[in-house]
Amino acid sequence: MTIDRNARLREIRNWDDYFHLAIDAPEIGREARPGQFVMVKVADGPSPLLRRPLSIHDAGASGIELFFKVAGLGTEILSRKKPGDPLDLIGPLGKGFTVTNGMKGKRAFCVGGGRGIAPIYFLARELGARGLQTNIFYGGRRLVDIPLRDKFEKAGIELLCSTDNGSFGFGGLVTELVGLELAKTKPDVLYACGPEAMMKVLASLAAKHRVPAEFSLESVMGCGIGACWGCVHRIKNESGDGWTKICEEGPVFPGERILWP
Amino acid sequence: MAITKKSVDLTTDLGFLKLRNPVLAASGTFGYGLEFEPYLDLEKLGGFVVKGLYYEPREGNPPPRLVETASGLINAIGLQGIGVEAFSEKVLPKLRRLKTAVIVNVCGADDDEYAAVVEYLDKQEGIAAYELNISCPNVKAEGLCPALSPRTTFDLVKRIKAASRRPLITKLSPNVTSIVEIAKAAEEAGTDAIALVNTFLAMALDLETRRPKLRNVFGGLSGPAIKPIALRMVYQVASRVRVPVIGMGGIMTGADALEFLVAGAAAVEVGTVNFIDPDAAVRIVAEIESWCEAHGVAAVREVVGTIKVF
Repeated sequence: MTIDRNARLREIRNWDDYFHLAIDAPEIGREARPGQFVMVKVADGPSPLLRRPLSIHDAGASGIELFFKVAGLGTEILSRKKPGDPLDLIGPLGKGFTVTNGMKGKRAFCVGGGRGIAPIYFLARELGARGLQTNIFYGGRRLVDIPLRDKFEKAGIELLCSTDNGSFGFGGLVTELVGLELAKTKPDVLYACGPEAMMKVLASLAAKHRVPAEFSLESVMGCGIGACWGCVHRIKNESGDGWTKICEEGPVFPGERILWP
Repeated sequence: MAITKKSVDLTTDLGFLKLRNPVLAASGTFGYGLEFEPYLDLEKLGGFVVKGLYYEPREGNPPPRLVETASGLINAIGLQGIGVEAFSEKVLPKLRRLKTAVIVNVCGADDDEYAAVVEYLDKQEGIAAYELNISCPNVKAEGLCPALSPRTTFDLVKRIKAASRRPLITKLSPNVTSIVEIAKAAEEAGTDAIALVNTFLAMALDLETRRPKLRNVFGGLSGPAIKPIALRMVYQVASRVRVPVIGMGGIMTGADALEFLVAGAAAVEVGTVNFIDPDAAVRIVAEIESWCEAHGVAAVREVVGTIKVF
Protein backbone atom coordinates (compact mmCIF):
# COMPACT_ATOMS: atom_id res chain seq x y z
CA MET A 1 0.00 0.00 0.00
CA THR A 2 1.16 3.47 -0.88
CA ILE A 3 0.03 7.04 -0.70
CA ASP A 4 0.01 8.27 -4.29
CA ARG A 5 -0.30 12.04 -4.28
CA ASN A 6 0.65 12.27 -7.94
CA ALA A 7 -2.23 10.28 -9.33
CA ARG A 8 -4.04 11.98 -12.18
CA LEU A 9 -7.50 11.59 -13.66
CA ARG A 10 -7.13 10.41 -17.24
CA GLU A 11 -10.73 9.95 -18.25
CA ILE A 12 -14.18 10.38 -16.74
CA ARG A 13 -17.53 9.32 -18.13
CA ASN A 14 -20.97 8.83 -16.72
CA TRP A 15 -24.35 7.25 -17.18
CA ASP A 16 -26.82 9.18 -15.10
CA ASP A 17 -25.51 9.10 -11.49
CA TYR A 18 -22.97 6.36 -12.22
CA PHE A 19 -19.40 7.47 -12.88
CA HIS A 20 -16.38 5.73 -14.32
CA LEU A 21 -12.91 7.14 -13.66
CA ALA A 22 -9.66 6.04 -15.27
CA ILE A 23 -6.74 7.18 -13.15
CA ASP A 24 -2.99 7.21 -13.76
CA ALA A 25 -1.55 5.63 -10.61
CA PRO A 26 0.99 3.03 -11.76
CA GLU A 27 2.22 1.83 -8.40
CA ILE A 28 -1.27 1.15 -7.05
CA GLY A 29 -2.33 -0.30 -10.42
CA ARG A 30 0.46 -2.86 -10.44
CA GLU A 31 -0.17 -3.97 -6.89
CA ALA A 32 -3.98 -4.10 -6.89
CA ARG A 33 -5.93 -7.37 -6.63
CA PRO A 34 -9.66 -7.81 -7.30
CA GLY A 35 -11.74 -6.87 -4.26
CA GLN A 36 -9.26 -4.37 -2.86
CA PHE A 37 -10.08 -0.69 -2.47
CA VAL A 38 -8.53 2.77 -2.39
CA MET A 39 -9.12 5.72 -0.07
CA VAL A 40 -9.66 8.78 -2.22
CA LYS A 41 -9.17 12.34 -1.01
CA VAL A 42 -12.02 14.24 -2.59
CA ALA A 43 -11.03 17.77 -1.56
CA ASP A 44 -8.16 19.70 -0.06
CA GLY A 45 -8.99 21.34 3.23
CA PRO A 46 -11.41 20.32 5.92
CA SER A 47 -14.62 19.80 3.97
CA PRO A 48 -15.38 17.04 3.39
CA LEU A 49 -12.85 15.94 5.96
CA LEU A 50 -12.45 12.22 5.35
CA ARG A 51 -11.28 10.21 2.37
CA ARG A 52 -13.84 8.00 0.65
CA PRO A 53 -13.39 4.25 0.24
CA LEU A 54 -13.94 3.09 -3.33
CA SER A 55 -13.62 -0.38 -4.72
CA ILE A 56 -11.05 -0.91 -7.48
CA HIS A 57 -12.99 -1.52 -10.69
CA ASP A 58 -9.99 -2.52 -12.77
CA ALA A 59 -6.22 -2.20 -12.56
CA GLY A 60 -3.16 -2.49 -14.73
CA ALA A 61 0.36 -1.18 -15.26
CA SER A 62 -0.77 2.41 -15.84
CA GLY A 63 -3.22 2.75 -13.00
CA ILE A 64 -6.67 1.94 -11.78
CA GLU A 65 -10.31 2.45 -12.70
CA LEU A 66 -13.10 3.32 -10.31
CA PHE A 67 -16.85 2.96 -10.76
CA PHE A 68 -19.29 4.48 -8.30
CA LYS A 69 -22.71 5.99 -7.90
CA VAL A 70 -23.05 9.52 -6.56
CA ALA A 71 -24.40 8.93 -3.08
CA GLY A 72 -23.39 11.99 -1.09
CA LEU A 73 -21.10 15.00 -0.87
CA GLY A 74 -17.84 13.09 -1.39
CA THR A 75 -18.83 11.18 -4.51
CA GLU A 76 -20.57 14.31 -5.82
CA ILE A 77 -17.32 16.31 -5.64
CA LEU A 78 -15.42 13.42 -7.18
CA SER A 79 -17.92 13.27 -10.04
CA ARG A 80 -17.07 16.87 -10.99
CA LYS A 81 -13.34 16.21 -11.51
CA LYS A 82 -11.91 16.83 -14.97
CA PRO A 83 -9.34 14.89 -16.97
CA GLY A 84 -5.88 16.06 -15.91
CA ASP A 85 -6.98 16.84 -12.33
CA PRO A 86 -4.60 15.57 -9.65
CA LEU A 87 -5.85 12.91 -7.26
CA ASP A 88 -4.55 11.73 -3.90
CA LEU A 89 -5.07 8.01 -3.28
CA ILE A 90 -4.06 5.46 -0.65
CA GLY A 91 -4.06 1.88 -1.78
CA PRO A 92 -4.47 -0.82 -2.66
CA LEU A 93 -6.05 -1.61 0.70
CA GLY A 94 -7.74 -4.59 2.32
CA LYS A 95 -7.95 -8.23 1.42
CA GLY A 96 -9.62 -9.02 -1.90
CA PHE A 97 -11.34 -12.09 -3.34
CA THR A 98 -9.50 -15.39 -3.11
CA VAL A 99 -8.23 -16.28 -6.58
CA THR A 100 -5.61 -19.01 -6.93
CA ASN A 101 -3.87 -20.81 -9.76
CA GLY A 102 -5.38 -24.10 -8.63
CA MET A 103 -8.80 -22.90 -9.75
CA LYS A 104 -8.20 -23.45 -13.46
CA GLY A 105 -11.12 -25.15 -15.19
CA LYS A 106 -13.49 -24.49 -12.28
CA ARG A 107 -16.72 -22.55 -12.51
CA ALA A 108 -17.40 -19.31 -10.64
CA PHE A 109 -20.63 -17.36 -10.21
CA CYS A 110 -19.96 -13.63 -9.78
CA VAL A 111 -22.81 -11.37 -8.71
CA GLY A 112 -22.84 -7.57 -8.78
CA GLY A 113 -25.81 -5.57 -7.56
CA GLY A 114 -26.00 -1.91 -8.68
CA ARG A 115 -22.76 -0.08 -7.89
CA GLY A 116 -21.58 -3.37 -6.37
CA ILE A 117 -20.62 -4.40 -9.88
CA ALA A 118 -17.45 -2.29 -9.43
CA PRO A 119 -15.04 -5.01 -8.20
CA ILE A 120 -16.81 -7.77 -10.16
CA TYR A 121 -15.40 -6.51 -13.47
CA PHE A 122 -11.79 -6.72 -12.25
CA LEU A 123 -12.56 -10.11 -10.69
CA ALA A 124 -14.21 -11.48 -13.85
CA ARG A 125 -11.18 -10.47 -15.95
CA GLU A 126 -8.82 -12.09 -13.48
CA LEU A 127 -10.85 -15.31 -13.30
CA GLY A 128 -11.01 -15.47 -17.12
CA ALA A 129 -7.23 -15.01 -17.34
CA ARG A 130 -6.75 -17.90 -14.93
CA GLY A 131 -8.89 -20.20 -17.02
CA LEU A 132 -12.07 -20.34 -14.97
CA GLN A 133 -15.55 -20.62 -16.45
CA THR A 134 -17.59 -17.68 -15.21
CA ASN A 135 -21.26 -16.77 -15.01
CA ILE A 136 -21.50 -13.05 -14.30
CA PHE A 137 -24.77 -11.72 -12.88
CA TYR A 138 -25.49 -8.01 -13.05
CA GLY A 139 -28.63 -6.75 -11.38
CA GLY A 140 -30.20 -3.36 -10.82
CA ARG A 141 -33.53 -1.79 -10.10
CA ARG A 142 -33.96 -0.31 -13.58
CA LEU A 143 -32.12 -0.36 -16.88
CA VAL A 144 -30.17 2.81 -15.91
CA ASP A 145 -28.82 0.97 -12.89
CA ILE A 146 -26.88 -1.55 -14.99
CA PRO A 147 -24.88 0.76 -17.25
CA LEU A 148 -21.74 -1.35 -17.62
CA ARG A 149 -23.32 -3.94 -19.95
CA ASP A 150 -21.38 -2.72 -23.01
CA LYS A 151 -18.10 -2.69 -21.14
CA PHE A 152 -18.40 -6.36 -20.20
CA GLU A 153 -19.49 -7.21 -23.71
CA LYS A 154 -16.48 -5.42 -25.25
CA ALA A 155 -14.21 -7.38 -22.93
CA GLY A 156 -15.84 -10.57 -24.18
CA ILE A 157 -17.44 -11.31 -20.82
CA GLU A 158 -20.96 -12.64 -21.09
CA LEU A 159 -23.53 -11.24 -18.67
CA LEU A 160 -26.76 -12.43 -17.12
CA CYS A 161 -28.67 -9.21 -16.42
CA SER A 162 -31.69 -8.57 -14.28
CA THR A 163 -33.81 -5.53 -13.49
CA ASP A 164 -36.28 -5.37 -10.64
CA ASN A 165 -38.83 -3.59 -12.87
CA GLY A 166 -38.32 -5.95 -15.80
CA SER A 167 -37.09 -3.23 -18.19
CA PHE A 168 -34.10 -5.35 -19.23
CA GLY A 169 -33.04 -8.95 -18.93
CA PHE A 170 -34.58 -11.14 -16.26
CA GLY A 171 -37.47 -9.35 -14.56
CA GLY A 172 -37.01 -9.61 -10.79
CA LEU A 173 -34.30 -9.59 -8.18
CA VAL A 174 -30.84 -10.74 -9.19
CA THR A 175 -30.96 -13.20 -6.31
CA GLU A 176 -33.93 -14.94 -7.98
CA LEU A 177 -31.96 -15.19 -11.22
CA VAL A 178 -28.96 -16.63 -9.37
CA GLY A 179 -31.31 -19.09 -7.65
CA LEU A 180 -32.62 -20.31 -10.99
CA GLU A 181 -29.10 -20.78 -12.38
CA LEU A 182 -27.94 -22.55 -9.23
CA ALA A 183 -30.71 -25.08 -9.76
CA LYS A 184 -29.22 -25.82 -13.21
CA THR A 185 -25.47 -25.53 -12.63
CA LYS A 186 -23.49 -25.89 -9.43
CA PRO A 187 -20.45 -23.61 -9.46
CA ASP A 188 -17.28 -24.28 -7.47
CA VAL A 189 -17.35 -20.82 -5.95
CA LEU A 190 -19.60 -17.77 -5.71
CA TYR A 191 -18.42 -14.18 -5.31
CA ALA A 192 -20.67 -11.17 -4.73
CA CYS A 193 -20.74 -7.47 -4.05
CA GLY A 194 -23.83 -5.34 -3.63
CA PRO A 195 -26.51 -4.32 -1.16
CA GLU A 196 -26.34 -6.21 2.13
CA ALA A 197 -29.89 -7.57 1.65
CA MET A 198 -28.80 -9.10 -1.68
CA MET A 199 -25.67 -10.64 -0.23
CA LYS A 200 -27.56 -12.04 2.74
CA VAL A 201 -29.91 -13.94 0.40
CA LEU A 202 -26.97 -15.12 -1.73
CA ALA A 203 -25.17 -16.34 1.39
CA SER A 204 -28.10 -18.56 2.31
CA LEU A 205 -28.47 -19.77 -1.30
CA ALA A 206 -24.78 -20.64 -1.46
CA ALA A 207 -24.98 -22.44 1.87
CA LYS A 208 -28.03 -24.39 0.72
CA HIS A 209 -26.27 -25.49 -2.46
CA ARG A 210 -23.00 -26.07 -0.58
CA VAL A 211 -21.09 -23.60 -2.70
CA PRO A 212 -18.22 -21.76 -1.00
CA ALA A 213 -18.88 -18.05 -1.26
CA GLU A 214 -17.13 -14.75 -0.67
CA PHE A 215 -18.76 -11.38 -0.13
CA SER A 216 -17.39 -7.86 -0.30
CA LEU A 217 -18.81 -5.80 2.56
CA GLU A 218 -19.30 -2.05 2.47
CA SER A 219 -19.06 0.50 5.25
CA VAL A 220 -18.42 4.10 6.04
CA MET A 221 -14.70 4.26 6.80
CA GLY A 222 -12.72 6.78 8.78
CA CYS A 223 -9.25 5.80 7.64
CA GLY A 224 -9.24 2.57 5.61
CA ILE A 225 -6.03 1.38 7.28
CA GLY A 226 -7.25 -0.21 10.50
CA ALA A 227 -6.61 2.75 12.78
CA CYS A 228 -10.04 4.16 13.60
CA TRP A 229 -12.08 0.98 14.21
CA GLY A 230 -15.10 2.66 12.65
CA CYS A 231 -16.00 0.16 9.90
CA VAL A 232 -16.88 -2.96 11.85
CA HIS A 233 -19.15 -5.90 11.02
CA ARG A 234 -19.99 -9.04 12.98
CA ILE A 235 -17.58 -11.73 11.81
CA LYS A 236 -16.97 -15.18 13.28
CA ASN A 237 -13.40 -15.43 14.50
CA GLU A 238 -11.43 -17.99 16.46
CA SER A 239 -11.97 -15.78 19.48
CA GLY A 240 -15.74 -15.46 19.02
CA ASP A 241 -18.21 -13.33 17.10
CA GLY A 242 -16.60 -9.95 17.45
CA TRP A 243 -16.84 -6.61 15.73
CA THR A 244 -14.23 -6.95 13.01
CA LYS A 245 -12.69 -4.17 10.94
CA ILE A 246 -13.90 -4.38 7.34
CA CYS A 247 -10.99 -2.31 6.02
CA GLU A 248 -8.24 -4.47 7.48
CA GLU A 249 -9.56 -8.04 7.62
CA GLY A 250 -11.93 -7.52 4.67
CA PRO A 251 -13.64 -6.05 2.78
CA VAL A 252 -14.02 -9.58 1.35
CA PHE A 253 -15.03 -12.31 3.83
CA PRO A 254 -16.02 -15.95 3.38
CA GLY A 255 -19.80 -16.31 3.59
CA GLU A 256 -19.74 -18.72 6.50
CA ARG A 257 -17.91 -16.21 8.69
CA ILE A 258 -20.29 -13.30 8.15
CA LEU A 259 -23.09 -12.77 10.67
CA TRP A 260 -25.78 -10.83 8.81
CA PRO A 261 -27.87 -8.31 10.73
CA MET B 1 27.22 26.58 -3.71
CA ALA B 2 25.69 24.31 -1.17
CA ILE B 3 23.36 25.98 1.25
CA THR B 4 23.78 24.65 4.73
CA LYS B 5 20.44 24.09 6.34
CA LYS B 6 20.43 25.60 9.78
CA SER B 7 19.10 22.93 12.04
CA VAL B 8 16.37 23.67 14.53
CA ASP B 9 16.47 22.03 17.94
CA LEU B 10 13.11 20.29 18.15
CA THR B 11 13.76 18.39 21.36
CA THR B 12 11.09 18.71 23.97
CA ASP B 13 11.59 18.10 27.67
CA LEU B 14 8.51 17.31 29.70
CA GLY B 15 10.66 16.95 32.81
CA PHE B 16 9.86 13.26 33.24
CA LEU B 17 10.28 12.46 29.54
CA LYS B 18 12.51 13.78 26.78
CA LEU B 19 11.00 13.73 23.29
CA ARG B 20 12.71 13.99 19.90
CA ASN B 21 10.18 16.65 18.95
CA PRO B 22 6.90 17.98 20.36
CA VAL B 23 4.59 15.93 18.11
CA LEU B 24 2.83 12.86 19.50
CA ALA B 25 0.16 10.85 17.73
CA ALA B 26 -3.05 10.84 19.76
CA SER B 27 -4.68 7.82 21.33
CA GLY B 28 -7.56 6.27 19.40
CA THR B 29 -6.32 7.67 16.10
CA PHE B 30 -3.09 5.75 15.75
CA GLY B 31 -4.11 2.17 16.50
CA TYR B 32 -1.24 0.43 18.29
CA GLY B 33 1.26 2.34 16.14
CA LEU B 34 2.22 -0.57 13.89
CA GLU B 35 -0.70 0.13 11.53
CA PHE B 36 1.18 3.26 10.46
CA GLU B 37 4.57 1.67 9.73
CA PRO B 38 3.87 1.38 5.98
CA TYR B 39 3.29 5.14 5.79
CA LEU B 40 5.79 6.84 8.08
CA ASP B 41 8.92 6.33 10.13
CA LEU B 42 7.64 5.97 13.69
CA GLU B 43 11.08 7.07 14.93
CA LYS B 44 10.57 10.52 13.40
CA LEU B 45 7.74 11.23 15.82
CA GLY B 46 8.10 12.63 19.29
CA GLY B 47 6.13 9.55 20.23
CA PHE B 48 2.70 8.06 20.06
CA VAL B 49 -0.10 7.17 22.43
CA VAL B 50 -1.58 3.74 21.75
CA LYS B 51 -5.30 3.09 21.70
CA GLY B 52 -6.96 3.07 25.11
CA LEU B 53 -6.54 -0.19 27.01
CA TYR B 54 -8.94 -1.73 29.46
CA TYR B 55 -7.81 -4.77 31.43
CA GLU B 56 -9.91 -7.22 29.40
CA PRO B 57 -10.52 -7.13 25.64
CA ARG B 58 -13.48 -4.89 24.87
CA GLU B 59 -15.94 -5.25 22.09
CA GLY B 60 -17.01 -1.66 21.60
CA ASN B 61 -20.26 -0.25 20.23
CA PRO B 62 -22.41 -1.58 17.38
CA PRO B 63 -22.15 0.33 14.08
CA PRO B 64 -22.67 2.93 12.72
CA ARG B 65 -19.77 4.19 14.77
CA LEU B 66 -18.66 7.16 12.69
CA VAL B 67 -20.26 10.16 11.10
CA GLU B 68 -18.59 12.99 9.28
CA THR B 69 -19.84 16.49 10.10
CA ALA B 70 -18.79 20.00 8.99
CA SER B 71 -14.98 19.98 9.30
CA GLY B 72 -15.24 17.22 11.85
CA LEU B 73 -15.88 13.64 12.73
CA ILE B 74 -18.09 12.19 15.47
CA ASN B 75 -17.07 8.76 16.70
CA ALA B 76 -18.64 6.27 19.05
CA ILE B 77 -16.22 3.38 18.78
CA GLY B 78 -16.74 2.50 22.43
CA LEU B 79 -13.05 1.86 23.12
CA GLN B 80 -12.93 -1.52 21.41
CA GLY B 81 -9.57 -3.01 22.24
CA ILE B 82 -7.45 -6.07 22.84
CA GLY B 83 -6.82 -5.69 26.59
CA VAL B 84 -3.54 -5.55 28.51
CA GLU B 85 -2.54 -9.17 28.11
CA ALA B 86 -2.72 -9.33 24.30
CA PHE B 87 -1.16 -5.88 24.10
CA SER B 88 1.78 -6.93 26.26
CA GLU B 89 2.31 -10.24 24.50
CA LYS B 90 1.62 -9.42 20.87
CA VAL B 91 2.12 -5.69 20.40
CA LEU B 92 4.56 -4.39 22.98
CA PRO B 93 7.49 -6.61 21.90
CA LYS B 94 7.28 -5.00 18.44
CA LEU B 95 7.02 -1.48 19.87
CA ARG B 96 9.92 -2.00 22.29
CA ARG B 97 12.52 -1.98 19.52
CA LEU B 98 11.43 1.50 18.35
CA LYS B 99 13.48 4.52 19.37
CA THR B 100 10.43 6.60 20.08
CA ALA B 101 8.30 7.30 23.16
CA VAL B 102 5.47 4.79 23.49
CA ILE B 103 2.75 6.06 25.80
CA VAL B 104 -0.16 3.84 26.82
CA ASN B 105 -3.64 5.28 27.24
CA VAL B 106 -5.11 3.67 30.36
CA CYS B 107 -8.85 3.03 30.70
CA GLY B 108 -11.12 1.58 33.35
CA ALA B 109 -14.78 0.96 33.98
CA ASP B 110 -14.10 1.85 37.63
CA ASP B 111 -11.11 2.99 39.67
CA ASP B 112 -10.08 -0.60 40.44
CA GLU B 113 -9.78 -1.45 36.76
CA TYR B 114 -7.56 1.56 36.05
CA ALA B 115 -5.33 0.41 38.90
CA ALA B 116 -5.29 -3.17 37.58
CA VAL B 117 -4.25 -1.98 34.10
CA VAL B 118 -1.37 0.07 35.50
CA GLU B 119 -0.32 -2.74 37.83
CA TYR B 120 -0.15 -5.17 34.90
CA LEU B 121 1.65 -2.76 32.59
CA ASP B 122 4.14 -1.78 35.29
CA LYS B 123 5.57 -5.29 34.93
CA GLN B 124 6.21 -4.74 31.21
CA GLU B 125 9.16 -2.93 29.68
CA GLY B 126 9.10 -0.44 26.83
CA ILE B 127 6.48 2.05 28.00
CA ALA B 128 7.55 5.68 28.49
CA ALA B 129 4.51 6.93 30.38
CA TYR B 130 0.81 6.38 30.99
CA GLU B 131 -1.90 8.65 29.70
CA LEU B 132 -4.81 8.34 32.09
CA ASN B 133 -8.08 8.43 30.15
CA ILE B 134 -10.43 9.83 32.76
CA SER B 135 -13.27 10.08 30.21
CA CYS B 136 -14.30 6.41 30.46
CA PRO B 137 -17.90 5.83 31.57
CA ASN B 138 -17.82 4.56 35.17
CA VAL B 139 -20.08 1.57 35.83
CA LYS B 140 -20.29 2.43 39.54
CA ALA B 141 -21.36 6.04 38.91
CA GLU B 142 -24.26 5.62 36.48
CA GLY B 143 -21.93 5.84 33.50
CA LEU B 144 -20.53 9.23 34.44
CA CYS B 145 -16.82 9.55 33.85
CA PRO B 146 -14.26 10.63 36.46
CA ALA B 147 -13.32 13.66 34.31
CA LEU B 148 -16.61 15.38 35.08
CA SER B 149 -15.82 16.50 38.61
CA PRO B 150 -12.70 17.75 40.43
CA ARG B 151 -13.35 15.26 43.25
CA THR B 152 -13.49 12.11 41.10
CA THR B 153 -10.56 13.37 39.02
CA PHE B 154 -8.50 13.98 42.15
CA ASP B 155 -9.30 10.58 43.66
CA LEU B 156 -8.49 8.63 40.52
CA VAL B 157 -5.28 10.50 39.70
CA LYS B 158 -4.04 10.19 43.28
CA ARG B 159 -4.70 6.47 43.35
CA ILE B 160 -3.11 5.74 39.97
CA LYS B 161 -0.11 7.97 40.62
CA ALA B 162 0.54 6.06 43.84
CA ALA B 163 0.07 2.70 42.13
CA SER B 164 2.30 3.39 39.13
CA ARG B 165 6.05 3.33 38.72
CA ARG B 166 5.81 5.44 35.57
CA PRO B 167 5.07 9.10 34.83
CA LEU B 168 1.39 9.90 34.56
CA ILE B 169 -0.25 12.21 32.03
CA THR B 170 -3.89 12.95 32.83
CA LYS B 171 -6.06 13.51 29.75
CA LEU B 172 -9.00 15.80 30.40
CA SER B 173 -12.47 15.85 28.93
CA PRO B 174 -13.64 19.20 27.58
CA ASN B 175 -17.24 18.40 28.52
CA VAL B 176 -17.06 20.23 31.83
CA THR B 177 -18.07 23.62 33.18
CA SER B 178 -14.61 24.62 34.36
CA ILE B 179 -11.67 22.92 32.72
CA VAL B 180 -9.21 24.81 34.93
CA GLU B 181 -10.80 23.45 38.10
CA ILE B 182 -10.41 19.88 36.83
CA ALA B 183 -6.84 20.53 35.70
CA LYS B 184 -5.94 21.90 39.12
CA ALA B 185 -7.49 18.86 40.80
CA ALA B 186 -5.32 16.58 38.66
CA GLU B 187 -2.24 18.65 39.44
CA GLU B 188 -2.96 18.61 43.16
CA ALA B 189 -3.34 14.83 43.01
CA GLY B 190 0.18 14.58 41.62
CA THR B 191 -0.18 14.13 37.86
CA ASP B 192 3.09 14.68 36.01
CA ALA B 193 1.42 16.36 33.04
CA ILE B 194 -1.98 17.27 31.68
CA ALA B 195 -3.20 16.47 28.19
CA LEU B 196 -6.26 18.12 26.69
CA VAL B 197 -8.70 17.97 25.02
CA ASN B 198 -10.50 14.70 24.51
CA THR B 199 -13.48 14.80 22.11
CA PHE B 200 -16.57 16.95 22.57
CA LEU B 201 -19.84 15.13 23.26
CA ALA B 202 -21.91 15.54 20.10
CA MET B 203 -24.59 14.03 17.88
CA ALA B 204 -25.81 14.08 14.31
CA LEU B 205 -29.20 13.06 13.00
CA ASP B 206 -30.77 12.10 9.73
CA LEU B 207 -33.63 14.44 8.96
CA GLU B 208 -35.43 12.02 6.67
CA THR B 209 -35.46 9.07 9.04
CA ARG B 210 -35.32 11.30 12.15
CA ARG B 211 -32.84 8.85 13.63
CA PRO B 212 -29.46 9.63 15.18
CA LYS B 213 -26.69 8.84 12.72
CA LEU B 214 -24.74 6.93 15.37
CA ARG B 215 -26.10 3.72 16.85
CA ASN B 216 -24.86 4.98 20.22
CA VAL B 217 -26.80 8.25 19.66
CA PHE B 218 -23.94 10.33 21.11
CA GLY B 219 -20.31 10.37 20.11
CA GLY B 220 -17.17 12.46 20.42
CA LEU B 221 -16.49 15.28 17.97
CA SER B 222 -12.93 15.77 16.74
CA GLY B 223 -11.18 17.42 13.81
CA PRO B 224 -10.66 21.04 12.73
CA ALA B 225 -14.17 21.97 13.92
CA ILE B 226 -13.04 21.81 17.56
CA LYS B 227 -9.67 23.55 17.24
CA PRO B 228 -10.68 27.02 18.43
CA ILE B 229 -12.38 25.64 21.56
CA ALA B 230 -9.48 23.29 22.26
CA LEU B 231 -6.98 26.13 21.86
CA ARG B 232 -8.94 28.27 24.33
CA MET B 233 -8.98 25.46 26.88
CA VAL B 234 -5.29 24.68 26.48
CA TYR B 235 -4.45 28.34 26.96
CA GLN B 236 -6.64 28.57 30.07
CA VAL B 237 -5.13 25.47 31.63
CA ALA B 238 -1.52 26.18 30.68
CA SER B 239 -1.67 29.58 32.28
CA ARG B 240 -3.02 28.16 35.55
CA VAL B 241 -1.01 24.97 36.21
CA ARG B 242 2.71 24.34 36.71
CA VAL B 243 2.92 20.85 35.21
CA PRO B 244 3.55 20.57 31.47
CA VAL B 245 0.50 20.65 29.23
CA ILE B 246 0.09 18.57 26.09
CA GLY B 247 -2.35 20.30 23.76
CA MET B 248 -4.57 18.78 21.13
CA GLY B 249 -7.78 19.27 19.22
CA GLY B 250 -8.13 19.53 15.45
CA ILE B 251 -4.44 19.98 14.61
CA MET B 252 -4.00 19.50 10.87
CA THR B 253 -0.77 21.44 10.16
CA GLY B 254 2.49 22.59 11.66
CA ALA B 255 0.97 26.05 12.05
CA ASP B 256 -1.93 24.61 14.07
CA ALA B 257 0.55 22.78 16.30
CA LEU B 258 2.63 25.92 16.81
CA GLU B 259 -0.47 27.85 17.88
CA PHE B 260 -0.96 25.34 20.70
CA LEU B 261 2.71 25.73 21.69
CA VAL B 262 2.40 29.51 21.70
CA ALA B 263 -0.74 29.16 23.87
CA GLY B 264 1.36 27.30 26.41
CA ALA B 265 1.45 23.62 25.46
CA ALA B 266 4.87 22.00 25.85
CA ALA B 267 3.95 19.37 23.27
CA VAL B 268 1.00 18.47 21.07
CA GLU B 269 -0.93 15.42 20.02
CA VAL B 270 -2.31 15.05 16.52
CA GLY B 271 -5.36 12.87 16.05
CA THR B 272 -8.03 12.92 13.39
CA VAL B 273 -5.53 14.06 10.73
CA ASN B 274 -3.87 10.62 10.99
CA PHE B 275 -7.00 9.11 9.44
CA ILE B 276 -6.85 11.41 6.44
CA ASP B 277 -3.09 11.39 5.86
CA PRO B 278 -1.39 8.51 7.65
CA ASP B 279 1.95 10.32 7.25
CA ALA B 280 0.59 13.62 8.63
CA ALA B 281 2.44 13.52 11.96
CA VAL B 282 5.81 13.50 10.18
CA ARG B 283 4.70 16.27 7.83
CA ILE B 284 3.66 18.35 10.85
CA VAL B 285 7.11 17.90 12.42
CA ALA B 286 8.71 19.12 9.17
CA GLU B 287 6.35 22.09 8.99
CA ILE B 288 7.19 23.09 12.56
CA GLU B 289 10.87 22.90 11.70
CA SER B 290 10.45 25.05 8.57
CA TRP B 291 8.47 27.65 10.46
CA CYS B 292 11.14 27.87 13.13
CA GLU B 293 13.83 28.23 10.48
CA ALA B 294 11.90 30.94 8.69
CA HIS B 295 11.34 32.82 11.95
CA GLY B 296 14.88 32.53 13.29
CA VAL B 297 13.80 30.24 16.11
CA ALA B 298 16.75 28.08 17.14
CA ALA B 299 14.82 25.76 19.45
CA VAL B 300 11.13 25.00 19.36
CA ARG B 301 10.89 25.15 23.17
CA GLU B 302 11.48 28.91 22.86
CA VAL B 303 8.03 29.19 21.31
CA VAL B 304 6.17 27.59 24.22
CA GLY B 305 3.91 30.00 26.09
CA THR B 306 4.99 33.07 24.13
CA ILE B 307 1.42 34.25 23.55
CA LYS B 308 1.15 38.04 23.77
CA VAL B 309 -2.17 39.08 25.25
CA PHE B 310 -2.33 42.75 24.22
